[in-house]
Amino acid sequence: MNEINKVLTVSEITNQIKSVLENQFDEIDVVGEISNFKAHFSGHWYFTLKDANAQISCTMWKGLNNYVFFTPQDGMKVIVKGKITVYPPRGNYQIDVRSMKPAGVGELQLAFEKLKQKLSDEGLFDSIHKKPIPKYPSKIGIVTAIDSAAFQDMKSIASRRYPLAEFVIASCRVQGEGAADEIVESIKLLNSQKNIDLIIIGRGGGSLEDLWAFNEEIVARAIFESKIPIISGIGHEIDFTIADFVSDLRAPTPSAAIELSTPNKTDLFAFIGDFSYYLTDNISRIIDEFKSDINTAVTSYGFRTPLDMIKNNYQSLDNTIFRLNTLFDQFFTFEKNQYTNIESKLKSYDIQKILKRGFVIAKQEGKIIQRLKEFEKAKSLELKFYDGDIKIKND
Amino acid sequence: MTKKKEISFEGSLQRLQEISDILEKGEIGLEESIKIYEEGINLANYCYKTLETAELKVTDLKKQLEVKVKQK
Repeated sequence: MNEINKVLTVSEITNQIKSVLENQFDEIDVVGEISNFKAHFSGHWYFTLKDANAQISCTMWKGLNNYVFFTPQDGMKVIVKGKITVYPPRGNYQIDVRSMKPAGVGELQLAFEKLKQKLSDEGLFDSIHKKPIPKYPSKIGIVTAIDSAAFQDMKSIASRRYPLAEFVIASCRVQGEGAADEIVESIKLLNSQKNIDLIIIGRGGGSLEDLWAFNEEIVARAIFESKIPIISGIGHEIDFTIADFVSDLRAPTPSAAIELSTPNKTDLFAFIGDFSYYLTDNISRIIDEFKSDINTAVTSYGFRTPLDMIKNNYQSLDNTIFRLNTLFDQFFTFEKNQYTNIESKLKSYDIQKILKRGFVIAKQEGKIIQRLKEFEKAKSLELKFYDGDIKIKND
Repeated sequence: MTKKKEISFEGSLQRLQEISDILEKGEIGLEESIKIYEEGINLANYCYKTLETAELKVTDLKKQLEVKVKQK
């Protein structure tokens, strides 16, 4: 034992404490409730672990906290693994956390309930925010792991039901550390694409821990902010995640999500078949109606009128012709009478009568000589008497 | 053919419904009726064939984007 205590500088004593503590507690598991949780933008986590009587500061470095499958929340009871470190500038000690897990499944359940309540209070689940699901989606964005059984199921069901669709998959991990970030990234990526009609977020069944990514706040907010309607199909029928509450439609499984969002091929065939039948039926009916309209028109009184008119005109024409004939006959008879009269008058002037009275007609070459100047001495002369003709040759 | 592709399947079904309604009402003339009837039957055939021959297309978006980045 030293008679006189050696005087130590603050640094010296701090370094001795640091050495003792860090050697003594270099591998510890501590259970406690998280408070004052802060995720610094640098990626490091700072929080306090406490129980009823004590508290201890904790840090968890970026890189390590990537391996925590859930986002810690204040009030959550966790078990951390790590070591004690002393920070000389501040003279305090803390747990340098290497890994963290919930103290029990109940903790996750509690975190789930708390987040659900918080988002519900904010109105993220309200039905007014639910976007309608298109009936015939041509491009379906898929957020799931491309090599998963869930994706295979979705593909085979879509092929069977509605092969007209196109799957645009933004593959991501759907469980474990970092899964939530990848899911968010995939949702955003699909939103940046053109013509995506619908997004389906899918994952097969699993434990609460396996499905935890879908209970993370960042995933919930990404779903809420998506401009494209989202259907969630996560786990089994009985599993409800926060993503289910905030999505526009919740399907019990990934396969069911496809069934809810695509029309069935057989129904469509029937639908088209019915249309072809109805169209033909209707056009036949329309043609028949027009036919009967034509028949009605043709046999109608109005349509018969022209024929009647023709008949009437025929009759009137006949009448006219008959009357004309009669008139003509009358006219003809009249004219005939006239001629007869004239004829008899003419007869009274008959040459024979004149000759009978003693006149003679002189002709030369058959032509009657009426005046002296017509007479030609050289030619022979024919004289016509009442009782005969004589030719006088002039030589 | 290219013109037909521009009409979406959904649009075709809607038009089919429209045509069916118009014919049902029977308010248009014969010539027009026959015209849209023909359109309807063609659409129905088109829908049927499209659906029958369709195969699900899968696009891996992340892979596609990677390829694009590499090409640049």
